[in-house]
Amino acid sequence: MPLQAYLVLGALVFAIGLFGVLTRRNAVGILLGIELMLNAVNINLVAFARFRGDTTGLVFTMFTIAITVAEVAVGLAIVIDIFRVRRTIEADHLDLLRG
Amino acid sequence: MLIGSPALALLVLGLPAGSFLAIALLRPLRRHGHAAAAVSVAAIGTALAAAIATRLRAVGVAGAVNPAVTWSWLPGDGGPMATVGVLVDELSMSMLLLVTLISFLVQVYSYAYLHDETPPALGRYYAYQSLFVFSMLGLVLAPGFLQMFVFWELVGLCSYLLIGFWYEKPSAARAAVKAFWITKLGDVGFIAGIAMLWAATGTFDFWTLFGLADSGALATVAGLPTIMFLIYLGAVGKSAQFPLHVWLPDAMEGPTPVSALIHAATMVTAGVYMVARAFPLFALTPDVLVLIGWVGAFTALLAATMACVESDIKRVLAYSTVSQLGYMMAAAGAGDPHASVGHLLTHGIFKALLFLGAGVVIHAFHTNDMFRMGGLFGRLPWVGVAFLVATLALAGIPPFPGFFSKEAVLLAVLNGGFRVPFAMLLLTSFLTAFYMFRAVFLVFFARPLGHVDTHGVPVAMDGVCRLLAALTIVYGVVLALGGHHGEGPAWLPWVSMAVAGAGIALAWATYQRGLIDAARLASLLAPIDFLARRRYGIDALYGALYRVVLLGLSRVIGWVDRYLVDGVLNVLSASALRAGDALRRLQTGQPQDYVYGVALGVLLLLVWAHLR
Repeated sequence: MPLQAYLVLGALVFAIGLFGVLTRRNAVGILLGIELMLNAVNINLVAFARFRGDTTGLVFTMFTIAITVAEVAVGLAIVIDIFRVRRTIEADHLDLLRG
Repeated sequence: MLIGSPALALLVLGLPAGSFLAIALLRPLRRHGHAAAAVSVAAIGTALAAAIATRLRAVGVAGAVNPAVTWSWLPGDGGPMATVGVLVDELSMSMLLLVTLISFLVQVYSYAYLHDETPPALGRYYAYQSLFVFSMLGLVLAPGFLQMFVFWELVGLCSYLLIGFWYEKPSAARAAVKAFWITKLGDVGFIAGIAMLWAATGTFDFWTLFGLADSGALATVAGLPTIMFLIYLGAVGKSAQFPLHVWLPDAMEGPTPVSALIHAATMVTAGVYMVARAFPLFALTPDVLVLIGWVGAFTALLAATMACVESDIKRVLAYSTVSQLGYMMAAAGAGDPHASVGHLLTHGIFKALLFLGAGVVIHAFHTNDMFRMGGLFGRLPWVGVAFLVATLALAGIPPFPGFFSKEAVLLAVLNGGFRVPFAMLLLTSFLTAFYMFRAVFLVFFARPLGHVDTHGVPVAMDGVCRLLAALTIVYGVVLALGGHHGEGPAWLPWVSMAVAGAGIALAWATYQRGLIDAARLASLLAPIDFLARRRYGIDALYGALYRVVLLGLSRVIGWVDRYLVDGVLNVLSASALRAGDALRRLQTGQPQDYVYGVALGVLLLLVWAHLR
């Protein structure tokens, strides 16, 4: 398969993730969207690494995965704390910073 | 010439300064007014002793030696720009004696006069008094124009503070501001003149300037008449010469002892003193001297007519002071500063006595209106005698000192060739005798009209009056025996006495015997009476100028500030507020909205990059 196929897949996954981030009302859903967007980036990195014979992309992917894990851990911890305090994780109700 | 010890003069200067600092800085002393009074009176008493010692230990020096002891003050290129110090010659020693003597007596008198005041008010009063004495002595001892100007302003400040001593009284507060404003009008000219003189000669020092005047270097200075005229303006304001005389009668709102000290004997004579001090400079500008002489004589006559129609005893004395200051200036203008200062010294003593006597009178009647007084002579004979002595001195009856000093003034004016001013001064002499004896008859001899409260005139007030009366007589006798009358026509003393006698006789016939109806007399002189009662419209003129020019200008500036400047600023601030209010809605607090924004932005950037 040509490189473009992987890139189209990455773009699709990214767009789905962005859509999820923008439309989900549940905080966990938003986190999942972010997860998708990060993995779309990983697809791109791996694809480029493979087609250009350059392992730098693979190293970056390793970093991204590690950071993603940390982000999810922290993000979920925050969501759980918000739920404990506010008894909700609906993003619409979490608007303390409204002007 | 006589030179006094600078160390003693500095002691005289330092004592009231120390007393002022102690009262002003030590709170318990200030709050407890009686202690402040004791400190102040003790300091001035010692200063008086030191002033007497300065005069007694003065040594005669042959030749023109600079009597000033100075220290450099403002550093400048090639030597100090200005100096401070003390100049102790005959002129300043006489003034030193007068100022310390009257200040001491007034401070003793004030303690009794102000017995109703609260202790803090008394402390304030004595702090001002000490500051005034220090300032006046600094002015008298000044060896140069700049130091004189600094102390000149300080005495002006003290005058303001003491006129407004009862500042919760609106009329007193207004009078204080008026005095300050009107004298400042002259002071602007004074400082401009000093600065121009400095620009031309590079010095403020009297002695250096006199040297320049002697060598003829000063006469070549361009615009010297303008400079001397501007300096004279300062004296016009301070010594209440026409047309800046309007503040002095209003200054009577202050306590009576203050009037005696500041507005009769000392501060108002500062202008005369300055002209006498700087006389070698004025002598170079005969035109300015002629102006000084004419304005002096005119002021004397104008003020005397206003005194004749006044019913407030203190204002009569105030106009009389203006009138006598006119005499002094006329003598100086005629080229005889000695006659001028001679009249200053005698006038200082008997006018202070008149005011202090008036203080007792007001104390007894609880009013200033002479037409509601009468018959006080039987109740308070000693005060009556003292007042009578001072009145005779002011009217110019021998052997009281006013006669000799006034004759010297008249002689100087006559010898100076001022025929019309001489006639004006002679007429003033008649009016002086008339209005002073009008006051004496109304207060002391006429049928008593109002309630009299003579029990317990305080010893301090009574004693000071007696002492001053004795001093007046002694001074007169000394002048009579001294007998260094100038070369003048033999008829002058007789004419002078006859004129004064006529004034006394007219007052007696009108106000004591009722032989002449005062109202008929007034209607006979209707236009003058009309104008004098309205103070020749000069006060009204100043009031109108103030209202039209100053208030009008303020109103225009106020309108510009309120509507133009403030308007622009209000529009700016209101639009900033409104913009902020509109933009506030962008901040929803929903991170998803922000991500929308970011995504939209990236999309637009992509489109833009693609189209380019």
